[in-house]
Amino acid sequence: MNATTLPPLAMTVTGSFSTGFAWALRRDLALSWRHPGETILVVAFFVLVSSLFPLGVGAEPQLLARIGPGVIWVCALLAAFLSLPSLFASDYADGSLEQMTLSPHPMSGWASGKIVAHWVASGLPLTMLSPLIGLQYGLSFDTLATLAAALLIGTPVLSLLGAACTALTLGARGGGMLLALLALPLFIPILVFGAGAAEAQATGLSPSPHLSILGAGLLLAGFALPSAVCAAIRIAID
Amino acid sequence: MNFYYFASPATFYRLAGWLAPWFFVLAAILGIAGLYIGFFVAPIDAQQGEVYRVIFVHVPASWMSMFLYFVMACYGGASLAFNTRLAAMLARAVAPTGAMFTFVALWTGAFWGRPTWGTYWVWDARITSELVLLFLYFGFIALANAFEDPRRGDRAAALLALIGLVNLPIIYFSVLWWNTLHQGSSVSFKGTSMHVAMFRGMLLMAFAFWMYSIGTTLVRVRAIILERERRTQWVRELQFT
Repeated sequence: MNATTLPPLAMTVTGSFSTGFAWALRRDLALSWRHPGETILVVAFFVLVSSLFPLGVGAEPQLLARIGPGVIWVCALLAAFLSLPSLFASDYADGSLEQMTLSPHPMSGWASGKIVAHWVASGLPLTMLSPLIGLQYGLSFDTLATLAAALLIGTPVLSLLGAACTALTLGARGGGMLLALLALPLFIPILVFGAGAAEAQATGLSPSPHLSILGAGLLLAGFALPSAVCAAIRIAID
Repeated sequence: MNFYYFASPATFYRLAGWLAPWFFVLAAILGIAGLYIGFFVAPIDAQQGEVYRVIFVHVPASWMSMFLYFVMACYGGASLAFNTRLAAMLARAVAPTGAMFTFVALWTGAFWGRPTWGTYWVWDARITSELVLLFLYFGFIALANAFEDPRRGDRAAALLALIGLVNLPIIYFSVLWWNTLHQGSSVSFKGTSMHVAMFRGMLLMAFAFWMYSIGTTLVRVRAIILERERRTQWVRELQFT
């Protein structure tokens, strides 16, 4: 990266949550804007894998409309999972993460900023693209809207959970497979309720219970997981 | 005597070596009594016939799978909070036994499900969350062993155990929250809706599994202590006595 053009982290004596948050958000967004390859790969993976299913299971419209929400959710989940290593691993490898921990700003601030930036670069494009994939599966308009809403609430939880898991595996042997073993089981509840919301809409039931539970999950994850991420980073840096 | 005397791996090594056989003896006695009641004393179930006797392994194993995860997370939390070595070693030592009981619970459940539900496996809330528990155990074991520095593995795995703790209430309350195939519990703190002999057999088996878990944990923690402390004076002296 070209360090001179990136926003410098204000080195005041008293750090603040918001300064660190805003700095990390701007920095990581600038980095993913200048290296769009990663985001494009995540999106390409999502589109590619979700178009494998109609070829694999057969292209009858009824079957596709039936499995569509679940398949799109699984593909979005895997795409979000595959983008996790970019969250902390490269900063850990080149020592930036260690420098950030030395800054006066609280770790929870800039770590949250990094997580939000990661979601903007991975979860948000997936959410915005999901109606297009849903059309390929012949989902109705209502189902598409519910699917996008569920992804909008669910993918930040994936980013939060994934951030905790990827911070735990910093410097571990067998990184990728280990991360899969840690993160994917924790993703399961999000998948169940996210796909359940669209499924309920498709079968004529109200999706709001599923969406409410997803929202509750997001609140709980947003409250508890940043501190877990910070603890994991401290363990890794230590 | 100071309570913290046994917090040192060197002293706990000896204590564990002395205690472990007693727990295995207790486990054997309770297990024989529980199996005797289960096979010969407890009556045949009115609806399920003889098949229900899986309950004497299935339910205690499920209880232990959740309880051992809780114990493991407590040791992990203690090791993070107080930075103690022995707590982290105990958390590591509990994990394989917990994973084994989770597997046993799923396996016996499959064999119980086939004759009674007509299927080995359903994607039911409780069964799925129990499967997630198995993966959490595997993740804990894998993460604990993924680092060159064992203390690093201790801390990372302890934090993972604490994060995974949210799964326990999901498993426990899954039969109440979701009305799916797995039936609700017959036992609660207020009493039981099952025959007394069945309940006694189940309780005896649960205690047998509990004692077995303590015994294996103590044996395993001894091996972990020896491996970690292999360069210390007291382990070297151990080899010559």
